[in-house]
Amino acid sequence: MSELPLRAQLAAALGKGAASLSRATGRGDGSVIGGRIALKVEPNLLAELARGRRIALVSATNGKTTTTRLIASALREIGEIATNEHGANMPTGHITALANHPKARIGVLETDEKYLPQVLRETNAVVVVLMNLSRDQMDRASEINLLAKKWRDALANSQAHVVANADDPLVAWAGLGAPHATWVAAGQRWKEDSWCCPECGGHLKREPDPHWECPECGLRRPHTTWSVNTAADTVTDPQGVEHKLQLRLPGDANRSNAAIALATAAAYGIRPEQALPRIRQIESVAGRYTSIVTRGVEVRLLLAKNPAGWLESFAVLDPPRVPVILSVNAQVPDGRDTSWLWDVDYTVLRGRRVFVMGERRTDLALRLETDEVAFEVADSVEQVLTRLKAEQPDITKVDVIANYTAFQQIRTAYGRVQ
Amino acid sequence: MSDTSSTLRIVWIYPDLLSTYGDQGNVLVLRRRAELRGIPTEVVRVHSSDPVPVEGDIYLLGGGEDRPQILAAQRLRADGGLKRAAERGAAVFAVCAGYQIIGETYGDDAANPLPGVGILDVRSGRGDTRAVGEIVADVDPALGVGRITGFENHQGRTSVGPSAKPLSTTVLGIGNDGATEGAYQGQVLGTYLHGPALPRNPALADLLLRWRVGDIQPLPPSWGERLHDERLAAVL
Ligand SMILES: [Zn+2]
Repeated sequence: MSELPLRAQLAAALGKGAASLSRATGRGDGSVIGGRIALKVEPNLLAELARGRRIALVSATNGKTTTTRLIASALREIGEIATNEHGANMPTGHITALANHPKARIGVLETDEKYLPQVLRETNAVVVVLMNLSRDQMDRASEINLLAKKWRDALANSQAHVVANADDPLVAWAGLGAPHATWVAAGQRWKEDSWCCPECGGHLKREPDPHWECPECGLRRPHTTWSVNTAADTVTDPQGVEHKLQLRLPGDANRSNAAIALATAAAYGIRPEQALPRIRQIESVAGRYTSIVTRGVEVRLLLAKNPAGWLESFAVLDPPRVPVILSVNAQVPDGRDTSWLWDVDYTVLRGRRVFVMGERRTDLALRLETDEVAFEVADSVEQVLTRLKAEQPDITKVDVIANYTAFQQIRTAYGRVQ
Repeated sequence: MSDTSSTLRIVWIYPDLLSTYGDQGNVLVLRRRAELRGIPTEVVRVHSSDPVPVEGDIYLLGGGEDRPQILAAQRLRADGGLKRAAERGAAVFAVCAGYQIIGETYGDDAANPLPGVGILDVRSGRGDTRAVGEIVADVDPALGVGRITGFENHQGRTSVGPSAKPLSTTVLGIGNDGATEGAYQGQVLGTYLHGPALPRNPALADLLLRWRVGDIQPLPPSWGERLHDERLAAVL
């Protein structure tokens, strides 16, 4: 990161939390703090702001923004929470979140996978929440085996209590490095990145699902005390009590996220009976799962950034008579490489009305043609609606699955819906 | 495995170790382009714990991270099936990490290179910079494939020995060394065009099919050709 954006981001953080910051660092009265001083202060700023607070870090490839939101809402049972709910998940975002809530004794911080070791060290977090690791934007992201190794080493050097998904072998292996852990059977739909043992490279034995073990070195799925039953829509706690979830957020991935959130809340002494009414209130997270009603049609927006995310999105699609629009870009935040489209199985879309759009819609078109899924090419959501309304004046619903910038473009077109 | 000699047997080597990003695309497009011509196909996925069958027609190897790459090379060498299949005249299409390990040597440590499967006369080491981005190259005219387009993401540098030939001349990107991209030797072909190299280059997929089944009828241009042309126009 160059100096200027860093300074700018820090200045923003300092501006918002100036008074609290000057107390936290003892370096000024707030009025003189600007970018120049902020940069000098920066090396210890996160540690200073985190001191004395019970911080939870939340990391994963998918679902970290949503799970952070679920955990924060559950922990509000205790009091004020400092959290980066808009997904600014690197240290400057953590500084802003903590500076904005100087009185909060608890912080819940979504943390970028790469930054987890550093942020764990600096914040001395008491809880680290880990859900899943899978391939994501490989033109710039770290190799995930390497990432898991860094997590494992960082956790081994901390006193943090891990709350982690035992069903994801890479995550479990990382979490097994920690001195204390709560294991959650949270499920794993995408398995293509975990056929091999993270410890020795052996081919994992993965049945009966969700059990897994390595026949070569003996690494195995840890014993779980919490579990999600997606079909029954329940979470079972360590006492064996089943709790009905009844979330407003759709899909099995969010049931898993909720199970992790309930286990994390329990680590802070909040019982599921207290946490559930709070997490049930949440119906959309930073525009994800939002519905726009336009021209009498409910258009639901699903964000999917990588193969595992697309798989989860397909699982929450409405019944087959509801048309779906797929939109893909390949800008820097999306990853410049569209190769991942070939890791997703699109055959589940056969028989559904499918539209492709976005800057890389030709890639999508070839991908669907290869999977023998019929599709139509479109320029915009509005154009699709015009076409559909002409044929079917009583149409009421359309789903949209888009990757990052494609999703933001659609959201912006409808006024940055939350 | 089927014993009908008319069935095209596509063998996907170690998808558990070597399938980083879109490698499945090569399998899907080969199968589709064969079946559109009425050639029945069978896809065999070989896990790293399983023996490699020797009676396949086209063997595919994908990309992988450093450690899986080393494991895959060790297992393929110990197994011997891929080498025997290549000696029997099977076609081999290997991408990125897979390309490196079917060569003579590969690995990060120039002083201590690791042995490959040895079915393609190339040697790979580690470059100073990572090659990430769109790549364009002109294939050896003897192969009748023309200009290819893809995405590369690797730190390897590869030199082509006397028994093999460079697959292509690099137009954009790095490939082997900034001058050439990929290599071939008989019906064994390696490339740094990772992931869906065959979907993005239908002519390359058809080359592999011709190697195994002889003359094949042309297919009407479709989305593969359109994507190929669109990517070339976008990056050149
Ligand atoms: Zn093992």
